[in-house]
Amino acid sequence: MNIPAREKKGDDFTNVQMPGGTTVRSAKAEESLRNARLRDLWRLLTQNPKAFAGVCMVAFFVLVAIFGPLFIHTNPLAFSSDVLSSPSSQHLLGTTQTGQDVFAQVVVGTRVSILWGFLTGLLVTLLSITIGLVAGYFGGVVDDVLSLVINVFLVLPGLPLAIVLASVLSYKGPLTVSLVITLTSWAWGARVLRAQSLSMRKRDFVEAARSSGESAFRLIFFEILPNEIAIVAAGFVGTVIYVILAEAGLEFLGLGDPNIISWGSMFYWAQNNDALLQGAWWWFLPPGLCIALLGAGLAFINYGIDEVANPRLRREPKPKAVKMRKAA
Amino acid sequence: MRHLLRRIGFYLVALWASITLNFIIFRLAPGNPAEAIMARFQGRMNPEATQALLLQFGVTKDPLWVQYFQYLNNILHGNFGLSVTYFPTPVSEVIGQELPWTLTLIGCSALISFVLGTLIGVLIAWKRGSVLDSLLPPFLTFFSAIPYFWLALICLYVFAYTFNWFPLNGGYAIGLTPGLTPDFLGSVIQHAILPGFTIVLSSIAGWLLGMRNTMITTLSEDYVLMAEAKGLSEQRVMFSYAARNAILPNVTGFALSLGFVVGGALLTEIVFSYPGIGFALLQAVQNSDYPLLQGIFLLIAIGVLGANFLADLVYTVLDPRVRQERG
Repeated sequence: MNIPAREKKGDDFTNVQMPGGTTVRSAKAEESLRNARLRDLWRLLTQNPKAFAGVCMVAFFVLVAIFGPLFIHTNPLAFSSDVLSSPSSQHLLGTTQTGQDVFAQVVVGTRVSILWGFLTGLLVTLLSITIGLVAGYFGGVVDDVLSLVINVFLVLPGLPLAIVLASVLSYKGPLTVSLVITLTSWAWGARVLRAQSLSMRKRDFVEAARSSGESAFRLIFFEILPNEIAIVAAGFVGTVIYVILAEAGLEFLGLGDPNIISWGSMFYWAQNNDALLQGAWWWFLPPGLCIALLGAGLAFINYGIDEVANPRLRREPKPKAVKMRKAA
Repeated sequence: MRHLLRRIGFYLVALWASITLNFIIFRLAPGNPAEAIMARFQGRMNPEATQALLLQFGVTKDPLWVQYFQYLNNILHGNFGLSVTYFPTPVSEVIGQELPWTLTLIGCSALISFVLGTLIGVLIAWKRGSVLDSLLPPFLTFFSAIPYFWLALICLYVFAYTFNWFPLNGGYAIGLTPGLTPDFLGSVIQHAILPGFTIVLSSIAGWLLGMRNTMITTLSEDYVLMAEAKGLSEQRVMFSYAARNAILPNVTGFALSLGFVVGGALLTEIVFSYPGIGFALLQAVQNSDYPLLQGIFLLIAIGVLGANFLADLVYTVLDPRVRQERG
């Protein structure tokens, strides 16, 4: 990770969070710094082989989600007389109990699952940013109260709580599932961000901005937050994995809307029609494989970020090069 | 000691929060359990029976705060109300029947997964760059991203349906009477292997990778180098010097992820039609059996809080810094 020295940063990723800039920067300089930070993130994602593999896998699913349904001409909900047929050239992934085309369902379901997965991930991240940063920035009583709430939500069993909440609400659908998961899984990110902001609030650049009369809102979201963007990004990726798994779990239990095709509702129908006992592996195999591949892709991105953030984890031929130079 | 008191105080607050949440959530629910039963009889119920039902389920028109204290009182007396699904069996009895199954299955497999994962993590970090170290992490990353219940479906399909090595469902063979007979115990173990294996397989990656990464960080510390320089045996350096320090984040991680492991394991139970809390949970969800749901959630919450508290205690034993700084 060779970041040019003019950006006042060391050569490793952890330093991105600690620019010791004491001067009050002009808006333009701030803008370019932010761009530089985004560039770092991009470089990080493409240069580390693990992260790159992850990005490719995730990109594939996002492309399928966006463009896939355009190429599907069969109605994924339409019944046909081809009941439970195994994969063939006519039905690439076979058909269900009622003759619906599994391939069409997987492609259409990808759009729903990815859309709601990322949307919920975003919601969770926003909630944890707000609570974590407010707690860390204000400190004192505000922090005590918010920390207690964060810690309580951290130890409460999230998935069971989500199941209970979702079963109580009378409206069933992706929105309920998404809100329920948001409510039960924001605490992890909030805790990490709180600790980080706590150490950041007394830094010189924050003090400088404060003495120039900026509001608390600006200080929190425009001074402190940009410095934590790497943690936020890693947290977002991890959250999306959890969210997609949790959504599939809730929908599998029938707590979503079974009439909206998603990976989770495909499981619901497959399980309720004993797909397994009829040997219809093509029915329950594809949605799970999609979740696993997408989840693995996201996890690879996170391990990549981890390796960059913690230089001891990565293996590099650097020491040799140094020795050779010394010898010369 | 003060540290311990603080933790106990925190867990009491958390316990109160989960009990109160449990109360509030079910006030949000439309209708009440008595109505659910009445709906089953489709209006063929006389007013006296209706009144009796309302009394039995404790449905009153008291103000909310009175109801809240009645609820707290009931919980303190272990009274969780009557289950709608298994009417008129009390919820506590339903849970009492199912609990031992879940506790043994999930408890054992979570423990096996944690111990095995941590050990392998220590080993592959020690033998860094070996074939195992480069192959296992990506492979397990893939496994950790798989939904529990889907892995369960696959295992069931391959090992039980196709190869017939394991039974397809249930906790013991039909026709056996539960008891401490060798026949029954053998059948229980035979039924538990596949669900247990699935839970271990899908949760082991987190422990293993977490342990490997902290272990690698610890291995480059000076005191490890010092220990090696003193000529201590490999095992002593590996376990008493490096692993002992590296395990700390894993202990916290174990406690915090317990809620997720339990949730996933419940879904796994459902796939295997394994008797236990997961099965009761499915029944409760499908029948809108709120009292049962309430009881199950409270039980899981208390279980997870208890396990967290235990992990905290273990942490204090493992890490002297916690004791000294705040003790």
